[in-house]
Amino acid sequence: MKSCVLIKQVPDGDSPVVIADDQVSLKSAGISWTTNETDSYALEEALLLKEAHGGEVVVCTIGKDSALQVVKDALAKGADRGIFITDPQFDHLDSYGKAAIFAQVLKAENFDLIFSGLQSDNSSNAQTGLILAEFLGTAHATMVIGTEWVDDSKIKVNRELEAGWFRWTELDFPASLTIQSGINKPRYASLRGIMLMKKKPITTITSGDLKMDEIPTLSRIKKLYIPRKTKETVFISGSPEEIVTQLTDKLENEIKVL
Amino acid sequence: MKILAFIQIDDGTINKMSVETLAGAQKLAAATDGSVTAVTFGAVPDELKTFKMNEILNIQAAELEDYSPLYFIEALSRVIASESPDTVVFGHTYQVRDWVPRLSARLKLPFLVDCIGFKTDDAFTVTRQVSQGKINADMAFEIPALISFQSGAFRADEIEHGTTAVRTLTFDLAAVPKTIRPGEKYQQSGGSVDLSHAKVIVSVGRGIGKAENIPMVTELADALSAELGCSRPVVDYGWLPHERQVGSSGQTVTPKLYMALGISGAIQHQVGMKGADTIIAINKDENAPIFEIADIGVVADLFEIVPRLTESIKEKK
Ligand SMILES: Cc1cc2nc3c(=O)[nH]c(=O)nc-3n(C[C@H](O)[C@H](O)[C@H](O)COP(=O)(O)OP(=O)(O)OC[C@H]3O[C@@H](n4cnc5c(N)ncnc54)[C@H](O)[C@@H]3O)c2cc1C
Ligand SMILES: Nc1ncnc2c1ncn2[C@@H]1O[C@H](COP(=O)(O)O)[C@@H](O)[C@H]1O
Repeated sequence: MKSCVLIKQVPDGDSPVVIADDQVSLKSAGISWTTNETDSYALEEALLLKEAHGGEVVVCTIGKDSALQVVKDALAKGADRGIFITDPQFDHLDSYGKAAIFAQVLKAENFDLIFSGLQSDNSSNAQTGLILAEFLGTAHATMVIGTEWVDDSKIKVNRELEAGWFRWTELDFPASLTIQSGINKPRYASLRGIMLMKKKPITTITSGDLKMDEIPTLSRIKKLYIPRKTKETVFISGSPEEIVTQLTDKLENEIKVL
Repeated sequence: MKILAFIQIDDGTINKMSVETLAGAQKLAAATDGSVTAVTFGAVPDELKTFKMNEILNIQAAELEDYSPLYFIEALSRVIASESPDTVVFGHTYQVRDWVPRLSARLKLPFLVDCIGFKTDDAFTVTRQVSQGKINADMAFEIPALISFQSGAFRADEIEHGTTAVRTLTFDLAAVPKTIRPGEKYQQSGGSVDLSHAKVIVSVGRGIGKAENIPMVTELADALSAELGCSRPVVDYGWLPHERQVGSSGQTVTPKLYMALGISGAIQHQVGMKGADTIIAINKDENAPIFEIADIGVVADLFEIVPRLTESIKEKK
């Protein structure tokens, strides 16, 4: 079985979110970068399937120079090889544009399974894996919270539905799966893994390597801004002791739960 | 603007987010001197006919009786080809997440997901939340476009009523590939915890840092005679069982008091708890979206506050 995992580099949850002067992008100062949360679960699921049923796991990202790190981290955890697609031109692509590039680069590899995260933490489009499925003409399933290998031609996946409901779905290979958090326990890279990573191949692809005159995009950010608060929140401040005194008073006399 | 509103029917009833979206579609039609056509697959619940629209377009095919993505995509592609709408709107349900992105790729139409509103002042734009709800983005695109709206983007009780006639079309979908085969839906055998009747819930998020810190919060919950709730990562990491998860894929709660400790307030969490009478949020980040819906906010390190609060409550009792 041959799998590909799409991994996106995103700012971590504690990074400052500051709108740049152009009002359509964020300032990169002070950001620490990390692997998108659900992509780590996607990688782990691909590695587990490979360990149980054999094959190869390839990781692929589109990003700026710093994004090479998410490829290296995945190789250190056990992926076999990396594809690093990088070009300043690709920075502001929408999901359609990115999926078009992935389709172009990955088509000839004939993957049985393409894994991606359910959605990215920063842009939350939740679309890339499905658009890619359409471009490559594969089966797909979203919000996958469990997998069960059937044979070399198909797989069963458990899809999460709202409010505690689930649904098993059988898919023919090739298929594109978007993975939900909690499906497994993502591993850490071992020291040995980090040593092995250094010998694993990474192919770098830039716009010149793509046979695409123009990368199609269907939407763009017109303006970014801080949301205006709609609810009147009463903020309690002071020393921890002062805060606790005021909170206790509210619990006792206003909310009346004591 | 000619608007199609896709109405999701779950076991014979209209999905709540579809009703909200229909209310939004009515507002968009009013703002653009346009029209609204509701599209349903399979059934037409009687309630739908009481909403004000130009028409209800009902598509019949055996394969549309139960959800399966490739059939839904094919059916709505045909509707869009024959009706030529300017926009098609959806509620951002889990089901919509599973098929509409692929529909958009097939038709090469933009799909703006999880929007919280639209603007028609200078150009038609929609607003999305990015960076975990900390930033709003107004999005530009060409019509025709597909747009999904977040839960709560519009109010269901603002929907306009009228009587609307149904036009039925029957599709032959036999040629659609059968590469995706959904099985039966099932519910995870319910745990012993029912948070939906709890009067007070103390809920903990990723800000708690590690499993070893959970007892600190349990003590506060005990002091308040409260149930313990949590956000999704706390369950993903195995710190608390799934039966305590609040949110779109967990439980929906409506307590008198909901205390959110180290929870950022993602929309998927909010939909499960925003109906609480009073929300108290303690979070070290003043920009956390939880403060959008909190009645009482404390910007502080929860480790500084929670143990002291537990002591203070115990003294009162
Ligand atoms: C389809 C789908 C379904 C989902 N279903 C659910 C669901 O049912 N329920 C759910 O909760 N989520 C759900 N999620 C996940 C959701 O999007 C968020 O990722 C999740 O709610 C975040 O949990 P959190 O707030 O605990 O963590 P984070 O977003 O990481 O927030 C942690 C917060 O803790 C604060 N903090 C950190 N340390 C401290 C400290 N010492 N003192 C005070 N504050 C601190 C931080 O400032 C931050 O705001 C779903 C997502 C998707 C895509
Ligand atoms: N630039 C990228 N590089 C690699 N994978 C990506 C990229 N953008 C999106 N993806 C994948 O698609 C998923 C959904 O992203 P999105 O559609 O942006 O919400 C992510 O979780 C990744 O698996």
